Amino acid sequence: MNTLSIILGLPLLGFIINGIFGSKIPKSLSGGIGTISVFLSFIFSIMALPMFIENPEYTIKLDLFTFLSFDTFNLRVAFTLDRLSLWMTLIVTGIGTLIHVYSISYMKEDEGFYKFFAYLNFFIFNMLLLILGSNFIMLFFGWEGVGLCSYLLIGFWYKNAEYGKAARKAFIMNRIGDLGLLLGIFMIIQQFGTLEFTTVFEEINKGTVSVNTLNAIGILLFIGAMGKSAQIPLFTWLPDAMAGPTPVSALIHAATMVTAGIYLVIRCSALYVLSPIANEVIIWTGLSTAIVAALIGLKQNDIKKVLAYSTVSQLGFMFVALGCGAYTTALFHVTTHAFFKALLFLGAGSVIHGMHHEQDIRKMGGLKSKMPITYYTFLIGTLAITGFPFLSGFFSKDEILTIAFNHNIVVYILLVGSALLTGIYMFRLLFVTFFGEYRNQHYAFDKVHESPRLMTLPLMILAVLSIFGGLLNLPHYLQHEGGILQNWLKPVIGLTHSGQHEISFNTEMILVSIAVLVFVTAFILTRMRYISRKQVPQEQTPTGVLGIISNKFYFDEIYDLIFVKPFETMSIWLQQVFELKIVSKISYGIHDILRFFGGLNKKIQNGNIEYYLMFMVIGVLILLGFNFFN
Amino acid sequence: MLGIFQNIEISHYIYLSCVLFCIGLFGVLFRRNAIILLMCIELMLNSVNLLMAAFTEYMGDQNANGQMFVFFIMVVAAAEAAVGLAILVMVYRNTKKTDVSFLDGLKD
Amino acid sequence: MSLFQNLPLPFLILSFITILCALYVVTSKNPIHSVLALILTFFSISAHYILLNAQFLAIVNLMVYAGAIMVLFLFVLMLLNLDKSSEPVKSNLWGISAAICAGLLLVIITASFQKAGLAVMKSSAVDIGLVKNLGRVLMTEYLVPFELTGILFISAMVGAVLLAKRDNKSEEITS
Repeated sequence: MNTLSIILGLPLLGFIINGIFGSKIPKSLSGGIGTISVFLSFIFSIMALPMFIENPEYTIKLDLFTFLSFDTFNLRVAFTLDRLSLWMTLIVTGIGTLIHVYSISYMKEDEGFYKFFAYLNFFIFNMLLLILGSNFIMLFFGWEGVGLCSYLLIGFWYKNAEYGKAARKAFIMNRIGDLGLLLGIFMIIQQFGTLEFTTVFEEINKGTVSVNTLNAIGILLFIGAMGKSAQIPLFTWLPDAMAGPTPVSALIHAATMVTAGIYLVIRCSALYVLSPIANEVIIWTGLSTAIVAALIGLKQNDIKKVLAYSTVSQLGFMFVALGCGAYTTALFHVTTHAFFKALLFLGAGSVIHGMHHEQDIRKMGGLKSKMPITYYTFLIGTLAITGFPFLSGFFSKDEILTIAFNHNIVVYILLVGSALLTGIYMFRLLFVTFFGEYRNQHYAFDKVHESPRLMTLPLMILAVLSIFGGLLNLPHYLQHEGGILQNWLKPVIGLTHSGQHEISFNTEMILVSIAVLVFVTAFILTRMRYISRKQVPQEQTPTGVLGIISNKFYFDEIYDLIFVKPFETMSIWLQQVFELKIVSKISYGIHDILRFFGGLNKKIQNGNIEYYLMFMVIGVLILLGFNFFN
Repeated sequence: MLGIFQNIEISHYIYLSCVLFCIGLFGVLFRRNAIILLMCIELMLNSVNLLMAAFTEYMGDQNANGQMFVFFIMVVAAAEAAVGLAILVMVYRNTKKTDVSFLDGLKD
Repeated sequence: MSLFQNLPLPFLILSFITILCALYVVTSKNPIHSVLALILTFFSISAHYILLNAQFLAIVNLMVYAGAIMVLFLFVLMLLNLDKSSEPVKSNLWGISAAICAGLLLVIITASFQKAGLAVMKSSAVDIGLVKNLGRVLMTEYLVPFELTGILFISAMVGAVLLAKRDNKSEEITS
């Protein structure tokens, strides 16, 4: 058996078992099956690791069958495990396992328990399909599959109509992006006549394709990435996606699925290296997303919404890195972000669990003493994302800032501003939730409880990973031969931006100092406001600029006005005027005409055999006569 | 018996068969009694049989392929007559009639 | 009439008998008369077979058609007690249109054959229609169709029995 088929097959098997027999078997068993299938997949990925370490060029291939074949175009269902996809596989299955474990406890009371695990396993399968596919179509299948799972899981509590709407919104927003991706794929077919990654990239490296074409393909593929990775203007679905259960938010909407766009760009690095305009588009989209989402995050009062906007903002950071050509750095941030954002989401889930499904941070406060493990792990997560020195987020974000500095000073300054905002909203979240006084009258403080061991265990593991995650790719000034990840990806990504090497040690130190300064500023500002002055976010919505921010820049309203309303008006018009007045007139007219002629014919069809016989003979006569006279 | 018919043209047998066939057809179209209809069908089948035998002679076929077909047609005709009459008996039992013009159930 | 020139008398006589009997079959008001006329027709067709060197066919035709099938018809007629009085009549218009159709078909078929332009018979061996020869061909070349017709026959018999059988259940309900 090929390792690849096992890695891919186990989650699928889990999905099938849970999907078919889930309602018949006890909860512990279905949860166990779901978790173990992903865990085994993780173990097999780790077992494949030594071979990859030994040989940089090592790949595992799995070629199943021809999916589509016409003319010279041949599409095969094939999978490739190389260093890049192995790295992603480890993240997906590793974090996936932890979140499965967490979910066993979190979803314990839910009646759709087995369904939840079936969906989660199916999600893991589709994500692996996306990562491991060796051509664009397999990637696209996985891409759509994770979109489907995302839809199913956002709308998991579908009895609440709002949640169902959020699920549909996510699905439709993703469709817009997917259209871009599809168009990009079509262009690739037209240009290269194949969809195999290796062949396409070899062709590109030959330099025969014009830059304009590459730019167009790059931008189209990026539109796909924009949808999946929640970039402006397609980001509004992600905050709404928080309607799903919290483990889902942690797994799909923070750690794995939303990074699919990043993966796509890294996979196509050969293409993006040669398309400057696409890169600029990526940088500025990422940058504006990073700032706008961070600004919105400042004024959110739902614990999960803050984290959602934070995710959007961090994804913006990653795209800036990608646009600058620093693919390793982006992947590094994907990794560390997966650690600390999963940690933060699971921590938030733990808080929600302890508060009995209360998500408003204004009704929390002082939870530190009641939920120590959650508090400490959440603290570590916050420190990691805000860039506390030598935690994982510090290294990855610092690297992105350095690269931005190298690329364009304006980008750098804006990005530092965004990092400052990140610090402020994260500390605000931390302080308001865990410090100060308890502010919920409806739920007694004594009833607030720490989550069970099954939930805190993944938190602790993720906290450890968040602390030491930075070791995976230490910057140049700490490790001269380059970080682990950078060396790891060298064979996969031929041309990598080597930003760190071009600037002097002094400049680098200044940049690091600025990063630390940003962290300290954010910490002091927030502490002054929420701890010293004991401020609590206000109930009523503020006015002016702050009003705009707390209303999320009216993105939803603008979309509603531009797209939804006209479409609705047009649909109503079509229904009332076009449908009733024109279409039905035509169809009823046709019906009347046919009815008239049918009435003429009806007399012949009287069921009497004699008539039928006579007509048959006449028919034969006509046939023979025709034959004779011709 | 052999020599005298050497000069009969195949066309005469064809005419004879055609006449028989058309008489049968006329009966099928004209009569309403289902039993007579069946008989007319037998007549038509027989005209075809006759033509088959005539063609065998005409082709000088040593394997008598045409006559073989006559056999099979006879078998089918016998089967058809048996089943047809059985159906007739049943129809008669239910409607007390053998008139096909009353069997207009196909209309529905 | 040139059509009848050079024709041997026996063939002419036989043909006339055949056609006359066939006409009587379709025109007779009494079904019993129709059956009897049809039997006569079959006899004359058997005579034609003998003229055509199909001796075995002639015998089989007599046995199967005139003997078995026509007796079956007679049985059914008598069983249902059908005679002249119960015979349904069709309108003249219908009869005329049926005659026109049949006549037109006759014209077209004969015309088609005429157009095909067939020549004089070659005449095969005398013993071609004997049991010996036919049996050999039937058991060698036509073995599979032969067996298949056997199956067909059995199923037709079973079907006929099933159809004609009085359904006890429905009988009880109606009575």
